[in-house]
Formats: sequence, C-alpha cells, structure tokens
Amino acid sequence: MPLLWLRFALACYFVGLVYAFVALSRTSDLFSRIALHAASLGMVFHFVSLVEVFLSNHVAWASVHNGESLLAFLSMTFFMVIYALYQTTSPGVVVFPVVFFLTFVAAIGEQPVLLTQYVSDKGWLVAHIILIFTGYAALVLSFGASLLYLVQERRLKSKKPTSMISFLPALDVIDQIGYRSLLLGFPFMTLGLITGSVVALTTYGRIDFLDPKILLSLLMWVVYMVMVFTRWNSGWRGRRAAFLATFTVVAALAAWAANYFSAMHRFAS
Amino acid sequence: MRFQLIGVNHKSAPLEIRERLAIPEKRLPDVCRDLTAFPGIEEGMVISTCNRVEVITHTVNGAADLRGFLHTYFQVEPDELDPHLYEFRSKDAVRHVFRVASSLDSMVVGEAQILGQVKEAYATARAVGAVRGQLDQLFSRAFAVAKRVRTETAVGSSSVSIASVAVELAKKIFGTLQGKNVFIVGAGKMSELAARHLMAHGCASIFVANRTYERAIGLAQKFNGQAIKFEDLYATCDRADIVITSTGSPHAIFRREHGEQFLARRKNRPMFFIDIAVPRDVSPDMAKLDGIFTYDIDDLQQAVTSHVADRSKEAEHAEAIIASEVERFEARLHTLDVVPTIVSLQDHLETIRQAEIDRVRGRMGQLTPEQEIAIEALTRGIINKVMHTPITTLKTAARESEATTVVDVVRRLFNLQTKPQVATEPVASETGEKVAVKVEVGTRR
Repeated sequence: MPLLWLRFALACYFVGLVYAFVALSRTSDLFSRIALHAASLGMVFHFVSLVEVFLSNHVAWASVHNGESLLAFLSMTFFMVIYALYQTTSPGVVVFPVVFFLTFVAAIGEQPVLLTQYVSDKGWLVAHIILIFTGYAALVLSFGASLLYLVQERRLKSKKPTSMISFLPALDVIDQIGYRSLLLGFPFMTLGLITGSVVALTTYGRIDFLDPKILLSLLMWVVYMVMVFTRWNSGWRGRRAAFLATFTVVAALAAWAANYFSAMHRFAS
Repeated sequence: MRFQLIGVNHKSAPLEIRERLAIPEKRLPDVCRDLTAFPGIEEGMVISTCNRVEVITHTVNGAADLRGFLHTYFQVEPDELDPHLYEFRSKDAVRHVFRVASSLDSMVVGEAQILGQVKEAYATARAVGAVRGQLDQLFSRAFAVAKRVRTETAVGSSSVSIASVAVELAKKIFGTLQGKNVFIVGAGKMSELAARHLMAHGCASIFVANRTYERAIGLAQKFNGQAIKFEDLYATCDRADIVITSTGSPHAIFRREHGEQFLARRKNRPMFFIDIAVPRDVSPDMAKLDGIFTYDIDDLQQAVTSHVADRSKEAEHAEAIIASEVERFEARLHTLDVVPTIVSLQDHLETIRQAEIDRVRGRMGQLTPEQEIAIEALTRGIINKVMHTPITTLKTAARESEATTVVDVVRRLFNLQTKPQVATEPVASETGEKVAVKVEVGTRR
C-alpha cells in the first residue's frame, strides 16, 4: 500500500515537474496555482505513504527508497514553508525536479536496505534519520536558491527588457531563502550527526573515525559549517555562494555514497 | 522656412557618442554665439540634454553646412559622427522641433522634463541674441503645441518616467524598498524626482552629496535627509543601497576600486547604481562586480521601451495634432512672407491718394471741415474697395505654393520696389489677418 500512495503522489508531483519546465520560458499565474494545488495533494498522498511505512515497521525508513521518499517529502515541506513566507513558487523550478526524481526512484520498488538489525535503540535511529534528512532537504533548497540567484543576477545584469517580467522573485528575496534554509538546515544536520554518533556508540560501543561514512559525514559537516560561516561573515553571494553550495552538495552526495563501502553504516547485501 | 536642424539622440547614437557631444550648461551661450558666427547661419540654438544634442538654425539659403560646424566644434572625425546624425530641413525641422518639445521624441514618451529643457535652451540662446525672428516664432509655437498635446492627449498623464522604472528595477533587486537607503550624488531635478519616487515606495533615508554643499543641504532638507560633503562621498556611499548619480563630471566618479571597497564594507550586500549622467558617472567595469548593478540612461531606456507600446495610441493622436500644427505654422510663415508686399501696396496707394487730394485741394480752394472729412472718407473708401480683392488673394495665395508668383506679379503691376521691414518681434496672434494689421501699424510708425 505505501508504494501505491507514493505513486499517486508521484503523479501529482509530475504536474509540478511540468510547471518547472514551463516556468523557465514564461510566467503563468494560473499554472503556478495548479502546480501548487497538485503539489499539496501529492504531499497528502506522500504523507499517508510515509505514515503507513512507519506504522508497519519504522525501521524500514532506513531503506534507501524510504529515505529518498522522506527526503522528497521534507523538501516539499520546505518549499511550502517558503511559499507561505514569500508567496513565490519559483524555487519549484529546482525543487520539483529533485522531488520528482527522488519520489520516482523511491516508487520504483525494492531497493537496498541499510543494516540496522543490530541497532538496539530504535528511537535514536528514527531521530537520526529525520534530522539528517531535514538537513539534506534544507541543503537542497539552499542549493536551488543559489542557482536561482545566479539566474536572476544574470537577468538583471543583462539589462534586457524581458527581465522585467521574470518569474523569479527579487534578488534579495532569493538570497534570503537560500540563507535562511542554510541556517535552518545546519542545526538539523549537526543534531543528525550527534544522534548518529549516539546510535553508533550504543550499537558498536565506539566511533571509528576512519570509517569512510563517518569521515565523509564529518567532512560534509565541516564544509557546511564553512559555508554558513562565510555567508554570515563576509556575505558571500552570487557565484561564490553557488560554488560553495555545489561543493557542499557534492560532499553530501559523497557522504551518502559512503553507504556502499562503509563497515558501520552500509546497505545489506 | 529656411530652418535647418542637425543632431543626435538616444535612438540614433550610442551613449559613447552622446557623451562626447554633450555641452555643459555654462558653455551653451558661447556655442550659440559661435553658431551664429558660422557662415550661412542667421539664427541658431543648441539643445543639449542627456538624450540629445541638437543644433537648430535658421539659415541664409537653407543649405548651411551644419555637419561642418559639428565636426569643427567638437573636433570629431566625420566618419565617426556622421552615421549617427540626423538632419532635417524646413517643414521636417519644424515637425521635429514640435515633436521634441511635446516629448514625443523622448526616451520616455510623454515625460514633462524635456519641455523645460528646451525652454531653458531657448532662453539661453535668446539672451545672447542668437534667437530672433524666425526661431523665436518657431519655438513660441512649439511651446504652444506641446501644451496642446499635453492637454488634449493622455501621452503625458500615464508617463512612465525614468524614476518609476528605477523603482521597478530596485524592487527586482531588493524586493521591498522598506528600510533601504538612497544616496543622491549631484543634486539635479531628475535625481530629485527619482528620489521622490523611491521615498514614496518606502525607502528609509536619503543622503545627498553635491559639489556645492549648500545645494546638497537644500535638497536634503526637502527629504529630511542628510547632506554629505563631496569629499566624504567614498567614505559614506556604502551606507546606501541605491545610488542615484547625475553629476556634470567629465570622468566617471565611481570606478571599480570604489565598488570593491563598498562591497567589502557592506559585506557584499548588493548595491544599485542609477546613473543618469551624461557623460556617465559610473564606469562600465563596475557592473562586472558581483553584487553591483548599474543602469545608465540607455539601459533605463531599454527597460522603458516595453512600456512605450502602451501609449502608442495616444502618441498617434499626438502625432496627428503635430501634423496639423506643422501645416498651420507653415501657412502662417507664408502669410508673413506676403505681409511686406501688402504693406508696400497699401503705402503705395496711400501716397497716390494723398498726392491726388493735395492736387485737387489746390483747385477747389478752401474746404469746410465737413468737406475735408467727406473727401477723406470717399477716397479711403474707394481704395479699400479696390484693395480688398488683391489683398485677400494675396493672403489666400500665401497658403498655397504659388505665393511667390502672386507676390511677384503684384509687385510688378504696382511697381513696388522697396521692401518694408519685416516684423522681428514675436507675434502672438494666430491668424494671418491679425499679423498683417500688427505689421502694418509697426511700419507706419
């Protein structure tokens, strides 16, 4: 059943995906409203799917496809929060394709499951998963915003009259979206790593800092922190901020990829 | 109608060319003097705004070498300048002047500022005696036409000014203008207007810097702002999010290194430079900095062109008004051409009449005052009756193309040799008849 709800959600997100492509070429208020409603409906299905998974066996969240599904849901939640705050659907241009892709992969079906049967304290595990994924979702948003910032900056600098009817919000608003997502994501990421360490400690009794997963996760956290710091300290924007955001996302992907060759945090074979 | 006009505007020439031709206000009188001293030019004036530099003249034979004047005056190579020049003669020149004064040729169609600028240029040229009879009439009419266009069409009412475009752009950068600071560099009318718009949209405070500190204080007081000494410009400018600059400086006053300093002090928060000065105050390489957005007068034009389409209908109406006004003006000028003939004709007949009365008086002896009056009335009546048709014909012919022929014929028939002086003072009346009367009175005195 959860998979069926997820596929319903996927269909709704597809509308959002189409919107993302259309919005690149022209602005349509009607269409952005349709996309918004479709996305909200998709989130309802998505939520039902996640709850069913949790009720059936909450550790199943540790499977790859449930993880992707959760990340997609959290990203959508962020998108909706931004919409509520700034009345703009434009981050959807980045968020919708990412969410659609994640949901699509998650909805295909069986995927590798993380080895969690040794984990004694399931509560910490659930907290770890939710926190980390919230951090990831914020990072996705921030990354999207930094790309949109570049686009808007280019439009304004090109001085073409068409830039007047751009679908993008004001440069400063995009900047705020990116910066606030980043600030919000950082504590989640930090707490996610701490809870992860707790899980590792209770399960293995120690933390192996040379394990690729832990090493890369720490690296990602450091990069994330550097990014927040430079942003706060020197107000980096535009190209430099986009490079940093890309770098952080790559670090996050590397940390995720470590699941394939970590001893402590790996997929079941 | 030996009007001749040459110039460049925002459509014909890029900013780089206009920058080189721009004439500072204080040099305008000299230019006007040089212009009238140029061979073949009777009267002349120069309009120099940020969007146009135009030389308007009344010439001796309608074929003065205005290009030559520009080349020598500005020391520019013909190859460089000529592709950007437009030139109008007689009727076309009149139409162009009317269009400029009515703000139909403006970057922002319908903006009111150009009329003021033209009036200033006219006053300057008039003060040095470069504008007398013909140009005087042309511009008096142009101002009336501008007023008519403004009152009879909606061209001016929905004007998208540079100022509101600047506000729109600022909103694209900052989202809301609440709490943003504005810095005015160079206390001009245009920057004041832009500042007013920005304040109306919620900008928090205003700084004004001007080379003459007193003017800065004056403008700052209008907005409850703060006047800044020009020397402190670079030290304080980073406090502003929006900088409106319109100084008469011949060189850029904001260069890349300044932009870098500002950004460092502002922690890279963006800055928006609205550069309405010609020559530009903000060096083009500033725009290469991340977080600095510069819009010069041409960029603003690009931004407003989309709005211009909305007013095309009203503009059409205005063009129709201008076309009819050009016809009227032309007809009036022709009427003026026949006025001297009418006057000499009247003088000629009056002389004959007086001579005949004197001759008859000798034969008739002493006359009673009643008889004097009767003879006077009789002779005048005959002359007026006889003259009525020829004068009407002359006036009608004046509006047609055969005016010169008719004038020639009348002059030959009555053997009119001397030309009475043509009226040189501005004639406020509209119809040919009233004008004729005025001139008549003037020459008899």
